[in-house]
Amino acid sequence: MAKVNIGVIVFPGSNCDHDAHYVSETMMEQNARLIWHKEGSLGDVDIVILPGGFSYGDYLRCGAIARFSPVMKDVVRFAKSGGLVIGICNGFQVLTEAGLLPGVLLRNQSLLFICKYLHLRVENASTKFTHQCKAGEVIEIPIAHGEGNYFTDPDTLKRLEDNQQVVFRYCDRSGTITDDANPNGSLNNIAGIINESGNVLGMMPHPERASDPVLQHTDGRKIFQSMIHSVNSQFQTVDNLIRERS
Amino acid sequence: MFHSKVFVTLKKSILDPQGKAVEQGIHALGFDAVDDVRIGKYIEMDVDTNSREDAERMTKEISDKLLANLVMESYSFTTEPVKE
Repeated sequence: MAKVNIGVIVFPGSNCDHDAHYVSETMMEQNARLIWHKEGSLGDVDIVILPGGFSYGDYLRCGAIARFSPVMKDVVRFAKSGGLVIGICNGFQVLTEAGLLPGVLLRNQSLLFICKYLHLRVENASTKFTHQCKAGEVIEIPIAHGEGNYFTDPDTLKRLEDNQQVVFRYCDRSGTITDDANPNGSLNNIAGIINESGNVLGMMPHPERASDPVLQHTDGRKIFQSMIHSVNSQFQTVDNLIRERS
Repeated sequence: MFHSKVFVTLKKSILDPQGKAVEQGIHALGFDAVDDVRIGKYIEMDVDTNSREDAERMTKEISDKLLANLVMESYSFTTEPVKE
């Protein structure tokens, strides 16, 4: 099977870019490339990762300035044309600021920066990012953020829930959604959402930090594997079409 | 030349934990009369134009598109001519 091309955007202040690159290239054995935020074009990519970190020092608001980086124009074009885009942590914040995902990530209710392993329930396992998980599966992936408190207006929240766009929710070990399992005050324990077309995902937890067996947590791999399989099956569909026509 | 001052605050409907923490500090300082403390941002900038209308239009556009995120924040601003 051909290797998938994964582009990892590097903003000034990104600090999970190399982790995402490492997991893509070494763990998943795909082609990965770091893309500096000043590049005008993404080049030949199948998946774009907006990594975690503190782009532009989180000045003004998290993700507010990164959104105006030159490469973001092409990221928006790529997303609008159906390309797979995942925003992790700060990347999620950038996606909301860029208007590719609804809502906003507020300061954690506790005001604390929280860095720990948490349980997530996979609410929608039929997305391009989660089909290697089972519906309702509980996975363990760490968070590391100070602004992860998902908020949006009631109408948007209802739409997200009705359309199954809430992909991950913070839960306890057994998969029960409780207030105690909510680390940051997010509405409805939301940890990750997807856009309406199903090709842009934002999540606060860090799948790239739970992918190398050395770290003894590998649930994050399922997200990388899902994305890679999605791209490969797209290729196969195109191949089949070409074969049918020839 | 004009000078704009932009004030950005969290919307009233949004809990401001920072404001709450500072409010507790104010109470600890002995000012029990103080209530509803909110924390926001203050941004000032020079706008190089001779037209007040232009300066206000630019300030508004910058605030809408960058300085405030209207999902969670609201803003107000003043624009005054700079005495040269």
